[in-house]
Amino acid sequence: MDDLKDVILEYVIAEYADEDDKVTFDTPLISGGLVDSFSMVSLKRFLEMKYKISIPDEDATPEAFDSVNKIADLVTRFVSKAS
Amino acid sequence: MSNIGSYDERVMSFDWSISEKELGYKAGDVINIGWYCSDRICEMGKGDKPALLWENSLGETKRYTYNDIRVCSNGISAFLRGLGLKEGDRVCLFMDRVPELYIGLLGILKIGAIAQPLFSAFGDESLFVRLENAGTSAIITQRKHASKVRKILDQLPNLKHIIVVDHDPGKELKEKEVAFSMDAQRQDKLDIYPTRAESPSLLHYTSGTTGMPKGVQHVHYSLISQYLTAKWVLDLTENDIYWCTADPGWVTGTSYGIISPWALGVTQVVLDSGFSAENWYRFIEKYRVTVWYSAPTAIRSLMKAGDEVVKKFGLSCLRHLVSVGEPLNAEAVVWSEKVFGLPFLDSYWQTETGSIMITNYPGMKVKPGSMGKPFPGIVGTIVDPDTYEPITEAGKIGLIAFRPGWPAMMRTYWKNEETYKNKFKNGWYLPGDRSRIDQEGYFWFVGRDDDIINTAGHLVSPFEVESALLEHPAVAESAVVSKPDEINMEVVKAFVTLKPGYSISEELELEIMNFIRKKLSPLAMPQEVEYVDTLPKTRSGKIMRRLLHAREWGEEIGDTSTLEND
Repeated sequence: MDDLKDVILEYVIAEYADEDDKVTFDTPLISGGLVDSFSMVSLKRFLEMKYKISIPDEDATPEAFDSVNKIADLVTRFVSKAS
Repeated sequence: MSNIGSYDERVMSFDWSISEKELGYKAGDVINIGWYCSDRICEMGKGDKPALLWENSLGETKRYTYNDIRVCSNGISAFLRGLGLKEGDRVCLFMDRVPELYIGLLGILKIGAIAQPLFSAFGDESLFVRLENAGTSAIITQRKHASKVRKILDQLPNLKHIIVVDHDPGKELKEKEVAFSMDAQRQDKLDIYPTRAESPSLLHYTSGTTGMPKGVQHVHYSLISQYLTAKWVLDLTENDIYWCTADPGWVTGTSYGIISPWALGVTQVVLDSGFSAENWYRFIEKYRVTVWYSAPTAIRSLMKAGDEVVKKFGLSCLRHLVSVGEPLNAEAVVWSEKVFGLPFLDSYWQTETGSIMITNYPGMKVKPGSMGKPFPGIVGTIVDPDTYEPITEAGKIGLIAFRPGWPAMMRTYWKNEETYKNKFKNGWYLPGDRSRIDQEGYFWFVGRDDDIINTAGHLVSPFEVESALLEHPAVAESAVVSKPDEINMEVVKAFVTLKPGYSISEELELEIMNFIRKKLSPLAMPQEVEYVDTLPKTRSGKIMRRLLHAREWGEEIGDTSTLEND
């Protein structure tokens, strides 16, 4: 789980954060304006590709994507389902 | 009783002088939007009234009275003048929704310079083409966005100053950067530049179907339209708390998110934060928002969040809801009436028109799904696409057309007079949309008349995305169209052929998506990239987007006689 969180955090920082943004596992991503609803599509695509899962649109809500911790929970749920 | 009263009576007796009189303006007078939005309200004895209540995603808040925005905008004006900036210079605002963005606009206008607001999510390529086209002299930004400016600075010889509003004294300023603190550099007195009715005020960029973005030039006289439409359509009154959710990088965010509410002396609230249904409802409850101007994409996102979350908050403060940006579907109108006890009223206009053109009004019968009727004083109809003659038959589809002459009409496209002239046919201004009019005079939106993609109320040029795609090393050819989307109405879809040596993969698709997101903007990012062996082309080699669009929307593909590989 920690490894998964680190991977997601690293990706979020590399792809979406600006120079001065300080992103932690709990930083609000969507409600904080770091990742908008359009960019969320690319983040979802990354997660699906990386973890070989499919996240249905009804589960890919702004709330479920609002922090690295929440995303990790979501991914873990679908990885467990897939295995 | 609403401000407009009877729509039909207003139409019968309308004259723009109603607005001029209320604003105390006479033909030939000095008219400066910056003064009207701050100094005038203070002179009316409302200097202590809150003008802006601001909150960000961290829960930090700021409060500015009308006197605050007067002296803060004066301070910005004085600072700009100190840098040698003057009337006619283009000064870009490139910031998140921070107070400096809202008040900065007034500061730029007060020295007679032209404000060029740009959406802060733009990537460096989108930023570059707009700054280069405008010959922008200065950009006001935050340190988080300054890195995008640095990347393109060498290619922008006209750009002399990068003004950073939140500079960290512990860090070094880079080339051409200068620090400015709005709250610390307030100024009581200022000689406001005496702009006149036709003096340029704003330069908003909008997407073109076959060319690069166009700079839509507005003038200070636009205030006359913006003031009265806000008063009659948004129904703003002395005691309202008003929330316009649009970003001032787009025209709604300036015409109705800065200029008109402040010219009316209304208190407005701003939430500088991303979207979350719960957070939005909490914000409305906390600030007791009464009038709410939002967009169909946001409304559909709220619908998706469900009805239960609405019940957690006290939203009885709301009294009037209006929507803009793209057609508001009937389901959203019905839903808002169910959960808020109020229908969202749809309004229609565009960057070029500068103010609301067709809309639903307080007190007038609402037909869910309809755009409503033309604003009093606006002569609007639909015309035949071949003859440009008005269509009188109810229900028949034609091009939306307006008689030019309302105060907020754009005056030209920046350095592109030819394209501007092409917007007029047979004495009508054509915004590029199709509609029908029913027997009672209500307009019903049908669609765009060109290839422009309207995603979440923002226009994206397929040409601009296709051009950017070709800069990716793997892409040989590209075609971009819209595809249907439940929330955003349309989203961008790209079809690409690959160069030799590259092969199809999910990784490459994601790489291409992110490439466009960073280069142009998240709005322009294809939500899907489809690999194809060839793109449909005419015999002269032009890509036939029409065929790809028809496929995405399940429509008839029509005439294919010019198809190359038919």
